Amino acid sequence: MTWLKHSIMFPSVFTDKLLRWVLRSGAVVSALVMAMIMLFLLVESWPVFQHLSLTRFITDSSWHPLEDAYNLMPMLSGTLFASIGALFLAIPLGIASAIFIVYYASPRSALLYRRLIELLAGIPSVVFGFWGLTTLVPLINQFHPPGASLLAGILVLTLMILPTIALTAYAAFSAVPNEYMRSAAALGLSRWGMIYGVVFPAARTGIVAGVILAAGRALGETMAVLMVAGNVVQHAESLFDPIRTLAANIALEMAYAMGDHRSVLFVSGLMLMLLVMTLSGLAGWLGKNRYA
Amino acid sequence: MCARNKCWVIFVVFFIIVSIWPNIGSAASKKLIVTGSSTVAPLVSEIARRFESMNNGVRIDVQTGGSSRGINDVRNGIANIGMVSRTLKSNETDLQAFPIALDGISVIIHASNPVITLNQQQIIDIYTGRLTNWKSVGGRDARITVVNKAEGRSTLELFLDYSKLKNSEMKPHIIIGDNPQGIKTVAGNTDAIGYVSVGAAEFEINYGAPIKLLPLDGVDASVANVRRGIFPLSRSLNLITRTAPQGLVRDFIEFARSTQVHDLVEAQYYVPVSVH
Amino acid sequence: MLDISAGRSRYIFRDRLIQLLIYTAVFFVSAVFIWILADLVRGGISHLSWNFLIDSPRDAGRTGGIGSILVSTILILLVALVVALPLAWTTAVLLAEFVPVTSQFGTMVRYSLQVLAGVPSIVFGLFGNAFFSIYLGLGFSILSGGLTLACMLLPILVSTAEAGLRAVPDTYRMSAAALGMSRTATLFHLLLPAAVPALAAGLLLGIGRAIAETAALLFTSGYVERMPGSLLDSGRALALHIFDLSMNVPGGDAPAYASALVLVILLLVINIFSMKLAFGLQSKRIMPA
Repeated sequence: MTWLKHSIMFPSVFTDKLLRWVLRSGAVVSALVMAMIMLFLLVESWPVFQHLSLTRFITDSSWHPLEDAYNLMPMLSGTLFASIGALFLAIPLGIASAIFIVYYASPRSALLYRRLIELLAGIPSVVFGFWGLTTLVPLINQFHPPGASLLAGILVLTLMILPTIALTAYAAFSAVPNEYMRSAAALGLSRWGMIYGVVFPAARTGIVAGVILAAGRALGETMAVLMVAGNVVQHAESLFDPIRTLAANIALEMAYAMGDHRSVLFVSGLMLMLLVMTLSGLAGWLGKNRYA
Repeated sequence: MCARNKCWVIFVVFFIIVSIWPNIGSAASKKLIVTGSSTVAPLVSEIARRFESMNNGVRIDVQTGGSSRGINDVRNGIANIGMVSRTLKSNETDLQAFPIALDGISVIIHASNPVITLNQQQIIDIYTGRLTNWKSVGGRDARITVVNKAEGRSTLELFLDYSKLKNSEMKPHIIIGDNPQGIKTVAGNTDAIGYVSVGAAEFEINYGAPIKLLPLDGVDASVANVRRGIFPLSRSLNLITRTAPQGLVRDFIEFARSTQVHDLVEAQYYVPVSVH
Repeated sequence: MLDISAGRSRYIFRDRLIQLLIYTAVFFVSAVFIWILADLVRGGISHLSWNFLIDSPRDAGRTGGIGSILVSTILILLVALVVALPLAWTTAVLLAEFVPVTSQFGTMVRYSLQVLAGVPSIVFGLFGNAFFSIYLGLGFSILSGGLTLACMLLPILVSTAEAGLRAVPDTYRMSAAALGMSRTATLFHLLLPAAVPALAAGLLLGIGRAIAETAALLFTSGYVERMPGSLLDSGRALALHIFDLSMNVPGGDAPAYASALVLVILLLVINIFSMKLAFGLQSKRIMPA
């Protein structure tokens, strides 16, 4: 009965009530941050809303802000293609990595590989961009000029979001209770049968959480994509066409944008946020009651 | 468990001390805030460091964010001095500009490209997409990869001025942001053509980058020629203020334009501005 | 791990195929990482030295070292963590333990965090500048940068912590209730220690993201390469320094590579240290099931 000595019981009801209020305020502050950012974007893009009609962002001839053309659609499609392509590659690779660490590798190689993934998670986007610019782009250029393209953007984004998916999947897999495995073994399931049939459903919420985080990261990634994707504002017709994403556009032009141009850049930031809100809403609606 | 609690307490106390300590007994030092162009920032950082070492108790914080940030911050009073990598426009007459260096802009191609020179019309044709193969200007049989700069940059505007084109007429294959990105792009692609600051290009060539500068209108692109004033395309790097500079601001601007920093300007491969 | 040899021959082929695919994926990922690391080493090892870690940058960073930059980076990281961890973990505990799954408040909080995860880092930087630097008057400072980073880290920390807490089996909670422990006690002495692996994984992911951040810090903690004297001073973060050297300063490639190497090593050290700490904590409180 050693724990009696340290009186860990906190027997008074008051502590629980206090805790609840502390927790609630923490959560409210967290939720407020998004509201503040939204407000900020609205305030900064307001000047443009007053004298520019919204359809211009869809129907203008091209994106040439200094010549009063503000079509955001090609960049929207660029953003979507790059992120979806990256998720398409990163989800299998990330989950495979997590499965390897938990179910296939020897303890030493599991640790080693996990360290590798954790390090990959910490490499700055500029280093990925830099490596992409000096190594990946010339490589792609050999096959199909100009090299800086949607493909380069997808590959670099994959490398960046893969650790997120792998590490959250790893945490989810580790949390699956051991009794499940023992029951599966007792029933004579093969290793993959156990993983596919027992572990995946049990860890599904964790994996989905990781994928959503990774998708958010992919949509908002700025630096690396700016360096390797070519930055030409156009709808991509092949994997080798250069594209520009909304986030990269803000980074590229904000430094030198004045007046209307600057406000339109904030509008594109708002558009990106709306995109993320729609996707999150969709994911939430599809996975309703995923915790129940 | 008691030992761990002690650790946390010590950590928190240490952290608080670290946050407060400098405010205890620190003399009120004079401070300048300089913001603006990222091209000018490395040079001004070095000048600021030398100024600080010569004047005790002065602190000059240099921040980047682009030429437009420099202009906005100076107008709003957030910064004392702004940095812009171009001359002020006609709607910016409420500000005063003080050039501290000159920089040329020229066309670069890969070092292995056999082409030695291009005239103005050829450059215009390449950038508008009328000429698409190096063959037609005396090079290899390969598609030209056109590298352009992002909208709003002073290098782009100068180039558009020189070629008398509008940005919507350009047909680039790659668009880049800052000069080193342009240099790395051309260095990694044997069939690329781009335009960057002459100083940046010469610097990188000395470090072994496989690019070469093309002469413009018959004049070789070099920092020396920019200094002689015979190079056709150049821009001035400026410090700007909202009002006539006084006190510390004036001291710093004069220092930045004096001969005392000529070696710093040249170390960045720009051309110092001689002030009489 | 439990080794289940495939008793049914029907599934041997399928299992082996999947194993092959998984090993290929792992090989591919490792190969790319080693490739990148090799490029970093090749480009920067000559520039690395003990002095590099201690000196301040000179000649726009091309010579000298990164001493002042390392100090700024660690300070920014500490500020971000000190602010974000309590906020994030309280939110996660609330979402996992005290709020019904279908409650509107809970859904709204989760939703807003998911959206936050998708905001571009440059928008965070501009927001941080407008709110922390200008509106709150902190100016270009380590404090501004740390607070902005804390906002960026919230989604990662909350998401992983909530997942970790939910994965703790309900038997723990029921046993605690049977013993008459208050919910606060259950939380601090049972649930949090049990969820430590997930919390630590989230923390490391967050630290990785924070150290790698460039655009958000450019407008908040700034560009000044001097050794910071206080939290209100401007200080350049390591990732920003790497960006400046590789993309803004001509001839800065070698120190950029070297700085990137230092960053990776720093991250490795943080990882090893916090994993040891986390598991030490867990084994003291709770025996592994």
